Amino acid sequence: MDLLRFATAGSVDDGKSTLIGRLLFDSKAIFTDQLESVERTSQQRGDEYTDLSLLTDGLRAEREQGITIDVAYRYFATPRRKFIIADTPGHIQYTRNMVTGASTADLAIVLVDARKGMVEQSRRHAFLVSLLRVPHLVLAVNKMDLVDWSQEVFEGIEKEFSSFATKLDVPDLTVVPISALHGDNIVSRSPNMPWYEGPSLLHHLEHVHIASDRNLVDVRFPVQYVIRPQSLQRTDYRAYAGQVAGGVLKAGDEVMVLPSGFTTRIAGIETADGPVGEAFAPMSVTVRLEDEIDISRGDMICRPHNQPAVAQDIDAMVCWMAETPLAPGQKLAIKHTTRSARALVKELQYRLDVNSLHRDDTATQLGLNDIGRVRLRTTVPLLADEYRRNRQTGGFILIDEATNRTVGAGMITSAS
Amino acid sequence: MTIHEYQLSQLDYLEAEAVHVFREVAAELERPVLLFSGGKDSIVMLRLAEKAFWPAPMPFPVMHVDTGHNFPEVLEFRDRRVAELGVNLVVASVPDAIERGLVAEEPNGSRNRIQTPVLLEAVEKHRFSALFGGARRDEEKARAKERVFSFRDDFGQWDPKNQRPELWNLYNGRIHLGESIRVFPLSNWTELDVWHYIQREEIAVPSIYYAHQREVFERDGMLFANNEFCRPREGETTFVTTVRYRTVGDASLTAAVRSDADTVEKVIEEVAATRLTERGATRGDDRVSEAAMEDRKKEGYF
Ligand SMILES: Nc1nc2c(ncn2[C@@H]2O[C@H](COP(=O)(O)OP(=O)(O)O)[C@@H](O)[C@H]2O)c(=O)[nH]1
Repeated sequence: MDLLRFATAGSVDDGKSTLIGRLLFDSKAIFTDQLESVERTSQQRGDEYTDLSLLTDGLRAEREQGITIDVAYRYFATPRRKFIIADTPGHIQYTRNMVTGASTADLAIVLVDARKGMVEQSRRHAFLVSLLRVPHLVLAVNKMDLVDWSQEVFEGIEKEFSSFATKLDVPDLTVVPISALHGDNIVSRSPNMPWYEGPSLLHHLEHVHIASDRNLVDVRFPVQYVIRPQSLQRTDYRAYAGQVAGGVLKAGDEVMVLPSGFTTRIAGIETADGPVGEAFAPMSVTVRLEDEIDISRGDMICRPHNQPAVAQDIDAMVCWMAETPLAPGQKLAIKHTTRSARALVKELQYRLDVNSLHRDDTATQLGLNDIGRVRLRTTVPLLADEYRRNRQTGGFILIDEATNRTVGAGMITSAS
Repeated sequence: MTIHEYQLSQLDYLEAEAVHVFREVAAELERPVLLFSGGKDSIVMLRLAEKAFWPAPMPFPVMHVDTGHNFPEVLEFRDRRVAELGVNLVVASVPDAIERGLVAEEPNGSRNRIQTPVLLEAVEKHRFSALFGGARRDEEKARAKERVFSFRDDFGQWDPKNQRPELWNLYNGRIHLGESIRVFPLSNWTELDVWHYIQREEIAVPSIYYAHQREVFERDGMLFANNEFCRPREGETTFVTTVRYRTVGDASLTAAVRSDADTVEKVIEEVAATRLTERGATRGDDRVSEAAMEDRKKEGYF
């Protein structure tokens, strides 16, 4: 059994909570006591039906306001796969939540209401999915029961969305007509829409091929921790622990260590369960090298003929996540792979209107939930790839040095 | 692991993620400690910590917040495991703290709430800056929004509105003096994943997790063991039946479930088929109110 992580997004009332409730319910991931608690609350509030969306409203503040504020993680499994859902609130104020949820997702489901079709928010959601390079996108056209299961309505929305998606460079798009409330095309194909020949939503989630989504070409191993047992039996043992960020590492491979540039060979790849022949993302392993080289946390093991940029000038799309705006001249802490540095905001090239995709190059700052193209200068070089090539070595976070809060997320567009 | 496909199984994925988290904390935070109660989640966590630094020993001690309301099987297990690993065990004792007047026994005898000040005192005394806990997001709804690195202010308090976004596998462990991070390496595990892992790794857990005969009585629809911490009241009668524990907490509050599952395979079957969450089924403490867990977390609980 493998694991698929997906994020869900939709505008308020498109039926996101109902869909998640349905997936959890049909896969028996909702428990009787959870359901009873939701039923009790629904009754107290005088709802006419049991509001499954309460299952995903975790915190008191959210229940009181009747809205979801933060990303919630949900879990269910079928005999084929385990699923982790990042349930992200759809409102524009929560762009940062969707960015957060999408950063680890293999797939994203964007919901639209069949009666309304594509709205501004659907465009924004699809854009964020493509910005974060989630490899698979599903457009779920919900509430098909309210449009008489109409093929015409569905195809209209499908067409409009597909043409928009081509602009965004979405690698894999699947469009499914559903009724989250009645369960049509959720687990099995709906008899109400015989014209639809694609898979049910769950069937697609279970079968979508994700093994080749990871970068298996560019060897990237950010050194996370140096292991040196201080024991008598292993006096000379020295190995480098980390999580593979790209490519396939094998014992015997010639490798280069950055930023020093020394080359050596992999003597062995080890885990507590014994040596492994190959290591690939996202395995956490320990690498031993043939030569003694001075290596520390934040260094990167790669191949001599395939290296990341060793760069202090970083261009990136940044999603700003703090109340106080980002502006040129600011100094921030940056964390990229296992390397930490300081960064100066040199320039804000433009702010992107996430609804129209219009670039505003007169913008002087990025506010909370804004996205823009930023140029940074770091105090030490980052060992970086373009985000489009590798999500692990192309992404970074920005941290306010005074408050220590995470204030921004960046996706590298070029590094030199 | 299907190497030829370059795709990890769900357990390998979860293990790799947890190992990454352990190493990240050890690299970035000064004085971590692993909360070890002898319960199944903390046992799994301990195994993962062992793996993360192998062949070196894990570079931090373990701590038990001892309510004094223990199942003897669990305490024995704790001591055996600690001895095997040769790690340092710090015990923060609630009975001790009661005697010293740090906390006062609650009228209902529950020590769930009063263990929080005891935990916080120990954190301060030992200047721990990161505490590994075995909590999972599937356990309870206040936990579904919890971060892997959960930031706590210098009173150990959790503010759900002041949590750091977590992107990719980049965690922000920067803190000021006095502040701390609670770290949850098992965030993405479910109860079933934990049992599958116990099976795969052949991890020993205290015997009370498997079906055994026990003298119990029924209260609020739950089965409580008749022991020194928890006696039947008027009208509650005891009887002997076959039960097991799904969670192990305060022995005065944790209920058993009827079960014949006496092997790990049978437990997995049972957990897969059950229709009650482990907390809803067995924890008197979480039933108090809709937001019981949320409130306790805000005070500094896990
Ligand atoms: N008729 C119909 N109503 C639906 C469907 N899905 C959701 N709804 C209703 O739409 C409303 C909003 O759903 P909810 O799941 O709370 O939306 P969210 O804000 O996106 O989470 C609720 O009244 C649902 O019962 C559907 O497929 N058909």
